[in-house]
Amino acid sequence: MTDQTFETGPGGAEERRPNALIRGLKILALLRESWMASIGIGIVIFWVLVAILAPVLAPYPYEQQIGPLVNASPGTCAEPDRPYFTDEGMERTTGDECYLLGGDNLGRDILSRIIWGARPILIWAPLATLLAYTAGIFLGLLAGYKRGWLDDILSRVSDIILSFPVLVLYVVLITVVGRSNINILLAVTFASAPGIMRIVRGLVLDLRNRDYVAAAQTRGESSWYIMFVEILPNARGPLIVDACLRLGYTIITLGVLGFLGLGLPPPDPNWGNLIAENRTVALTSPQSVVFPCIAISSLVLGLNMLADGLREISLKD
Amino acid sequence: MNGTASTEPVLQIDGLNISYFTRAAEIPAVIDFNLTVAPGEAVGVVGESGCGKSTVAMAIMRYMGSAGRIMDGSIRFKGRDMMEMSDEELRDLRGSEIAMVYQEPMAALNPSMKIGRQLMEVPLFHEPGCTEDDARRRAAEMLANVRLPDAERVMEAYPHQISGGQQQRVVIAMALLSNPSLLLLDEPTTALDVTVEAGIVQLIADISRQFGTAMVYISHNLGLILETCDRVAVMYSGEVVEEAPVADIFDRPQHPYTRGLFGCIPTPGRDKNARPLKPIRGRLPLPHQRPPGCNFWPRCDHFEGGRCDTQSIPLEVSDDTRGHSVRCLRWNEIDWSLANTGVESRPPPEVGEVVLQADEMQKYYPVHDRSLAAILSGRSVRYVKANEDISFVARKGQTVAIVGESGCGKSTFAKVLMGLETATGGKLSFNDDDITTKVIADRKTRQVRSLQMVFQNPNDTLNPSMTVGGQIARVIRKFGVETDRAKVQERVLSLLDLVKLPRDFAKRRPRQLSGGQKQRVGIARAFAGNPAVVVADEPVSALDVSVQAAVTGLLMDIQREFETTLLFISHDMGVVRYLADRVVVMYLGQIMEQGTTDEVFEPPYHPYTEALLSAVPIADTSVEKKNIVLEGPLPSVLDPPKGCPFNTRCPRKLGAICETERPAVHKTVNGHAIACHIPLAELESYEPVIKTAAE
Amino acid sequence: MIVFLARRLVFMLLTMLAVSIILFAMLEVNVESIAVRVLGAYSTDTQREIWLEANGYLRPIYVRYIEWLGNFLVGDFGESTRFNTRVADILWPRLGNTGLLALFTFGIMIPISLTLGVFAGMREGSRTDRSITFLSVITTSVPEFASAVLLSFIFVFWLGLLPGTSGFTDGFSLREMILPVMVLIIYDFGYVARMTRASMAEVMQSPYIRTAVLKGLPYRRVVMRHALRNALIAPFTVIVLQINWLLSGVIVVEYFFAYKGFGALLLEAALNNDVDLIQACAMIAVIVAVGTQTIADIGYTYLNPRIRFT
Repeated sequence: MTDQTFETGPGGAEERRPNALIRGLKILALLRESWMASIGIGIVIFWVLVAILAPVLAPYPYEQQIGPLVNASPGTCAEPDRPYFTDEGMERTTGDECYLLGGDNLGRDILSRIIWGARPILIWAPLATLLAYTAGIFLGLLAGYKRGWLDDILSRVSDIILSFPVLVLYVVLITVVGRSNINILLAVTFASAPGIMRIVRGLVLDLRNRDYVAAAQTRGESSWYIMFVEILPNARGPLIVDACLRLGYTIITLGVLGFLGLGLPPPDPNWGNLIAENRTVALTSPQSVVFPCIAISSLVLGLNMLADGLREISLKD
Repeated sequence: MNGTASTEPVLQIDGLNISYFTRAAEIPAVIDFNLTVAPGEAVGVVGESGCGKSTVAMAIMRYMGSAGRIMDGSIRFKGRDMMEMSDEELRDLRGSEIAMVYQEPMAALNPSMKIGRQLMEVPLFHEPGCTEDDARRRAAEMLANVRLPDAERVMEAYPHQISGGQQQRVVIAMALLSNPSLLLLDEPTTALDVTVEAGIVQLIADISRQFGTAMVYISHNLGLILETCDRVAVMYSGEVVEEAPVADIFDRPQHPYTRGLFGCIPTPGRDKNARPLKPIRGRLPLPHQRPPGCNFWPRCDHFEGGRCDTQSIPLEVSDDTRGHSVRCLRWNEIDWSLANTGVESRPPPEVGEVVLQADEMQKYYPVHDRSLAAILSGRSVRYVKANEDISFVARKGQTVAIVGESGCGKSTFAKVLMGLETATGGKLSFNDDDITTKVIADRKTRQVRSLQMVFQNPNDTLNPSMTVGGQIARVIRKFGVETDRAKVQERVLSLLDLVKLPRDFAKRRPRQLSGGQKQRVGIARAFAGNPAVVVADEPVSALDVSVQAAVTGLLMDIQREFETTLLFISHDMGVVRYLADRVVVMYLGQIMEQGTTDEVFEPPYHPYTEALLSAVPIADTSVEKKNIVLEGPLPSVLDPPKGCPFNTRCPRKLGAICETERPAVHKTVNGHAIACHIPLAELESYEPVIKTAAE
Repeated sequence: MIVFLARRLVFMLLTMLAVSIILFAMLEVNVESIAVRVLGAYSTDTQREIWLEANGYLRPIYVRYIEWLGNFLVGDFGESTRFNTRVADILWPRLGNTGLLALFTFGIMIPISLTLGVFAGMREGSRTDRSITFLSVITTSVPEFASAVLLSFIFVFWLGLLPGTSGFTDGFSLREMILPVMVLIIYDFGYVARMTRASMAEVMQSPYIRTAVLKGLPYRRVVMRHALRNALIAPFTVIVLQINWLLSGVIVVEYFFAYKGFGALLLEAALNNDVDLIQACAMIAVIVAVGTQTIADIGYTYLNPRIRFT
């Protein structure tokens, strides 16, 4: 897989031996060609860093409740010498406890919860997308390359799964299998793999007629070699764009499920849960829901802009 | 030619410069272009891909797109400066005074609008008083004028419901509806089959006679230009390098590039052994990498350092009376009689034992018809007879050409031979092994590597995400030629040497290569396992003329060296005549005629062969050609005519017998065979299609 | 054409049937868990056994499926444990409310997104195009629940212009429709607009548009007669399939604004393990979705002469 870096750059007739470093730099140069893509990747990198550095960045533990700061508005500091509870027992505020983005309905720091909340999102969404892609690519290659009855069956089944409105499918699936991280992962995979399969199949149907595939066939290569070595690497452009979009959509899905109370189980601070927990106070202390909304929207926006920019770049060549 | 001094030219272009703008730079596409077209005159603009000829056409229409811009120069239409015109004025001109015919007729017509409506728009928008009924009547009349039978039906059809040749006739009708003074034709026949092309070319010639329309004919094909034009401008890398009356360009070319081009075209006098083609070395410079001075000097045999590569070269009048001009400093210094050396003739190769034999081979594809009528009548499965009774032999070291138009079954045959499909009847044997029903997986590695293929489309033949060397190395390892890493690498390099590519290409990716270079790699890959038979499926048809000659030459050299049997699949009679030892002519899945090249290209011919020969334009003024234009479209393979498949278009059709009975095969001594109802004696009495004037 | 229609309809029915089987199997194959869901985790085994027996759950699954299917087809969707009433009584009014929501959303969204898409695609790369594209990228990035929160914050909390819930407690109210419809439009319009734009841009680049321009037709005519029809073929399918997306969005929006619609009902059924209600709601959703897909397919074929006449 090391040989499959995204490359749609302007025909560099000069470059001779693209090693990993130069290829990496080339991707950066590519981004310069689209301001959309560069802003997009900037936002994504920002959130990845936030998730990694959460223990350093978060001013408070995400479960720390400071009673005096329940539903505090942004920038509020606690009045000194008020009691609140920690794991160790009762403490008294010093007056230095300040919530930059305010407090939620249990007196927790919204900023810290958003920072920690980036983690589950950025672990489970990419994982689910990856899983869905593995399944989708595998099935799509089979259906598109082998054709015949296998294609018929796979296409029909995927049509049926896709005919479910997505969220209805999730609601039903999660009702049946129950709420847990793994179940949600599997539900997302189950729901998005057919879509990916369809895209891959479409690309394969085009690529399988290329002469280099015929050349591989005439020298007796196995189907697996042709599917994974001759065809798949050449489908990577559209797939990378789609993966960015789909990752964004998976993040939305996790958020929506959390919001509906069907998502990653609490006390997980993922952004959808934050909004769900504070929905009842949304109109009196809006900061508790507005900031998580901005967080999730910005991350999805970053991915969508990246996808759009990458598509634009690939169309230019 | 017929323009006199008093008549005002229809079109006059002076000092036109056009550039394209990319983010990186300005790329000049057309440089210092001058052209004058007199009323009724047909001027050809000829050149290889990327020379800027189509850009000129679009500039005349003032339709440049967002990236292109006219930098300098003037375009005058009947004395009016087009550069000064408002959008309004341009709109009045387009489609009424200047009309255009395009390369791909299918794409040029609106897929969701009926043809009649598309035609009617022209008079409706250009003639204020024109009513719907008038427009409809005139559209139908014009369709009849371009010899489309059943005009009423065509008017009501959508573009995809008629054939490619008919579509192009519709486009021509659309262009002529407003009786324009100038007609621009941009490669109008490139996308069509040869016999269909011949009909369109004749139509265009008739039009210019009938309507007196001036024409600018843009093409890469010198033969077509000779048949259609009075004067011709040859372009190379953005510049006109030579302009002259058409006969003078062919008989007295003065620019080394023009001469070079003629050396690359397989005209009837050429022969791979006695008079091989002489390719132009090097490659077309990319627009942003043009050399200083003359654009052609890096490829020119008459280059003089310090002169050709220092100054920009003006277009100079070399013969005032005939109107011949040339962009070369040394046009009157070069002694062409000395120049034509460097290509030696060789004896024909030895032909050995039979390597490949097909006996009444058949390939049928089932087609499922899911219409209600078909299901009810129980005929829901029909068969496409892609190959019917294919019999021929190919010997060691021999070049056998399989020639025919689209749908003739030549590619299907290649697939069966390669083991991508299996035959449904008859027998196919390779070195006495029966391979009729053996797909690749059932064949021995030895057989697989002995039967290899060179593909048609240079942009498709190599995997874009692997290096050139990696792709060749894979073949070497797969066939077990070498297994040791260093030895594999060595073999890769020697194969690159074999196809005359620099060794460092091994590390390159396909997109860094030109079309010709990619085809060379494709050839190297096919020869990696020392094959006994190589099938070349139109290996050069997508390449420019000068590159074609080089790649064909290379293929022939390698074949000769390894005594490989070459099955050359092509639609181009010119190339076939040049390089084949034996020719098999196919039509709708059946063999019409086969024999040695000389036998097939001389009477007795099959009437289809005769028509094919006549259809191919020849870039040689000394050749006289009989004009046979086939009526009607190519039938569908799904529903081929009964009896002789050619009977629907055959100009020599005898009568009912042709429609009912499969013709018997006339055989002569050497295995020359013709499948026709006409008695052999009569076939023998036909005059040859091509006559070369005594030199 | 008739064969095509028949095939398409048969396939539609088969899909619905397949889905109903899967749905039924998923929800009812494990009868023990149904009893647990209904009677609660602290019920005894005997209680569960009696309940299952009484409600006919001990019969083989295919018998129960056929019975369920038969009842479903005649409009008997079973009993809702959550609402203590027949499912049909609660389902139909809710579906009507959602239909109203969808009608408003589509009625406003489609004209807007098509117009914007066509304008953007007409001159690819122009400032209009860039602004519209950027706007649509932003709006499709904001999930429905987030835009619901943000819009409520602006219009309810901050400006105090609109009501924060849409429960129709005092009967139908247009003001209560505004926010839910707005949220749905914002999330969906970008997608349709971008599809339209892409399709329009592609058509404007095509050789037949060049032919039309070089025929000397006025620009307006080129766009209206030559480009538009071809450019709208692809978005047509997308628009019809938006109904499928809308059904997802509707769940979030109805839940957030306490709108008494079908989506909120499905969610409530799921959260309360109301098996009959889930089955009925999910089946209705699938019927709507598969039905629109079939319409999209047939419509696409009809719009595209290249497919229609072959």
